[in-house]
Amino acid sequence: MGILRTEKLAVDSADDIVRVRQVVRAWAIERRFSLVDQTKLVTAASELARNMLLYAGGGTVELESLEEQGRHGLRLTFEDHGPGIADIGLAMKDGYTTGSGLGLGLGGAKRLVNEFDIQSRPGVGTSIRIARWR
Amino acid sequence: MTRDEKSRIPEILRKHEPELLKDWVQRQLAAAGGRPGQLSEAALREEASRFLSALREAVVGGQFRDIAGPAWSGVREVLGEISRDRAQHGFSPTETAMFVFSFKEALFARLRRELAADADALADETWAATTLLDRLGLYTIEIHQKSREEVIGRQQQEMLELSTPVVELWQGVLGLPLIGTLDSARTQIVMESLLQRIVETGATIAVIDITGVPTVDTLVAQHLLKTVAAARLMGADCIISGIRPQIAQTIVHLGVDLQNVITKATLADAFAIALQRTGFAVQRLPHRA
Repeated sequence: MGILRTEKLAVDSADDIVRVRQVVRAWAIERRFSLVDQTKLVTAASELARNMLLYAGGGTVELESLEEQGRHGLRLTFEDHGPGIADIGLAMKDGYTTGSGLGLGLGGAKRLVNEFDIQSRPGVGTSIRIARWR
Repeated sequence: MTRDEKSRIPEILRKHEPELLKDWVQRQLAAAGGRPGQLSEAALREEASRFLSALREAVVGGQFRDIAGPAWSGVREVLGEISRDRAQHGFSPTETAMFVFSFKEALFARLRRELAADADALADETWAATTLLDRLGLYTIEIHQKSREEVIGRQQQEMLELSTPVVELWQGVLGLPLIGTLDSARTQIVMESLLQRIVETGATIAVIDITGVPTVDTLVAQHLLKTVAAARLMGADCIISGIRPQIAQTIVHLGVDLQNVITKATLADAFAIALQRTGFAVQRLPHRA
């Protein structure tokens, strides 16, 4: 699998979430994702970036443009050094939230992408990696 | 380098101000030769003359190193005005700072002529002058930057107000066309102005159009649901229109429940429903068809 390009963005404020959405959309357009695929990936990125800001006080997003056997894809890695998630199974459940949102972001983001991987250690931080293929 | 007190620069500035001014303005005009029309010669001469006379007064009492001190307030004021003016007229930071930096050439030429016999003095004075003008040049960049930031801040405020108009589509029917990012600050204003207009007009239906919202994530959905619920408490039903295919699919995957809300693909569809509910019908006039 070849990595064609990478970029790292910091998420420290609500404005940065807007920026993440814009950059992800620009990359998806460049990779010639369909409008539906663009929207799904951008929405998933928006959810995960906001989670980092709300629950970990911020973090970073790394974008990677991938190519594998003629397939094109985008992979996003969200990394924070927040409190971590004690029970990932519970956090992934629809309607469960420790905040004031709908509790659909994490599960929703998973349903919007092709690959979803979450690693979290309480007290250390959380890393979520998603990928969507064209 | 404590030659400031003994520096001959104040004396040279005082004695040769007219020649320095003329030489400097000519050099600036020659440098800007490629792009005429940005600043008129008269305006440039006026700015240069104000800067020079402020500088002449400041160097008499002031330490060259301390341009933040009280002796330099006149110079700072003149440079501040010039920088802000240039920032507003679209000059780049470099172009703004070049105003001060370009004075070096004229001043150094004059120093060379006056101190030709004393190489040590010439070197010291040139160094003193260059550090001073560098500081003043950087000061103009700082001011330029600040005034650009002020402009951006003002524009952001204006966007907040501009982007949330509530319009009356028909008797008892309000329209709320949303455009751009729905962050918390804006949504708050949108919600307040919608509820306010419902009270004022006694509207029973409000159409919220999200055609111009590029991303509907769970936060945006939550904001919409809250707005709909609040409007309902006030006796008005909401219709959400502008749900495009990609937004519909995304909402389904996210698992957001919009079943209790009337949604339509286009504003026209929503308007038709609104008319129907308020007891109106649109008819084509037979003789006009």
